[in-house]
Amino acid sequence: MINWLTAPLQYVFMIRGLAAVVLVGIVCAAIGTFVVLRGMAFFGDALAHTILPGVALGYLVNGGAREPLFWWALGTSVLASIGIGEISKKAQLKEDTAIGIIFAGMFALGIALISTVRSYAVDLSHFLFGDVLGVSNSDLVRTVIFAGIVLALLLAFYKEFMTISFDPILATTLRLPVTRLNYLLLILIAVTIAVALQTVGVALMVAMLVTPAATAYLLTHRLPRMMALACILAAISGVVGLYLSYYLGIASGAAIVLTATAIFLLVMVFNPRQGLIKAMDRSRTDLTDQTDTLALQDH
Amino acid sequence: MYPHNQHNEDQPILDVRKLNVLYDGRPALVEITFHLHVGERVAVVGPNGAGKSTLFKAVVGVQPVTSGEVLIYGSGPKKHVCIGYVPQRNQIDWNFPVSVADVVMMGRIAKLGTFGWPKKQDWDKVHSALEMVNMDHLSSRQIAQLSGGQQQRMFLARALAQEAELILMDEPLTGLDIPSQESILRLLDELKSRDVTVVVATHDLEQASTAFDRVMLLNRKLIGFGTPDEVLRPEKLLEAYGKKVHLTDKTMLVDECCQ
Repeated sequence: MINWLTAPLQYVFMIRGLAAVVLVGIVCAAIGTFVVLRGMAFFGDALAHTILPGVALGYLVNGGAREPLFWWALGTSVLASIGIGEISKKAQLKEDTAIGIIFAGMFALGIALISTVRSYAVDLSHFLFGDVLGVSNSDLVRTVIFAGIVLALLLAFYKEFMTISFDPILATTLRLPVTRLNYLLLILIAVTIAVALQTVGVALMVAMLVTPAATAYLLTHRLPRMMALACILAAISGVVGLYLSYYLGIASGAAIVLTATAIFLLVMVFNPRQGLIKAMDRSRTDLTDQTDTLALQDH
Repeated sequence: MYPHNQHNEDQPILDVRKLNVLYDGRPALVEITFHLHVGERVAVVGPNGAGKSTLFKAVVGVQPVTSGEVLIYGSGPKKHVCIGYVPQRNQIDWNFPVSVADVVMMGRIAKLGTFGWPKKQDWDKVHSALEMVNMDHLSSRQIAQLSGGQQQRMFLARALAQEAELILMDEPLTGLDIPSQESILRLLDELKSRDVTVVVATHDLEQASTAFDRVMLLNRKLIGFGTPDEVLRPEKLLEAYGKKVHLTDKTMLVDECCQ
């Protein structure tokens, strides 16, 4: 067993990969808590896909060098988040339709750009699904710095983000700068996506943002606990997923997301609080429950 | 980040002058002019779509004003943190992962300042606000597990923790059973003794006439504003509600379901 656990660690790329998935998992889950609570999963998915043309352009401009791609991803992601924010304010169409049009169009542009290169298939798959075993030391340092910045800002504006998410009118009566805080949150999501690009890729990004946070949402009714639990579940999913990927020879990004999804499904079914099994139980004892509720109500 | 305004005590707590609001290009409020005295309880009545919520949102500073002025102690609402707003219950995501105490603490955020975290005195304020609405024993409960009356009292506690001087409540009594309605009305009495000014939108004309100092009758225009006896008169109600008000000896019934 011990051997089974330590065997992959003889490879430096595995150790770097594990560090990367844990860091990326934590920052995605923390910001993902707000993505889930505000119903922004589609926005996150769209934003991740929209950065592809920026990354592709950086790839072409730099002759295939990997190192500068993070900055291209970061720039595109931040610009796109502000752009999508503006669209959803001013669009004549419904917000999700407008975002859908832009996101598919930008994604197609990215694919078109990358398809001009001969090694098209391999490079595209790295952008789409990540390349966690290709993480270098300098990638790791950058991940630590930017994940740290996102987490620090999330902590610093925690009570503001909670309030604008729960009750925007209260936030206005307290004279919080609601518009600026909304944009700050969008930008933090954008930075997180750029940080996570190399680990999970564009196509599976939304799972890192929402799945661990949604699992945590099922398990607790308090925001700080939901955030902490989401981070722990994401880190576990990352490590377990990477081991599965090593031993079963499946793509690492897919293995991580599948692990997170499996945990979600387990919690949904067996959750002692409100799982499916509990729900079936409850419908059987409906009558006793009702009397309990009545007794609880006070006037 | 958080402006605090000096109150000019010579000015009324709320002074609305020739307020016009266009909503989707149509007039939602037309030439509304009134002012409130400190500590009074005002009921705002009128049919659905009369602009009650729009008026509240304009006073709070959420709804852009087309023309006219809203003044709180002599200056615009955007600079005041003394206005508490209790939303309609269907405007809230009750599954949001917060406890009763968390929600009440949100009222203190402006006082905490940027990067500030709640201190013991803030938690003390939260608990005394919850005590006042008789809910301190429920402070750690998740908000979805509250009854309708408890939800409203929690929001009142939040306005108290905010140290609001003007509290606007959008239909707090709708859908509550009689004992819950009465416990909220009793709380409004207590707020009056603390000089808190309370404005409540309601559908219940009977309650408006018995539990409030003044009644505002609204249907896009201000049809009447004064004591219940002055305002809740057949001809004014007819003007506000069209033909849907039936007057019996003591009670007034308003038929406005299914609009």
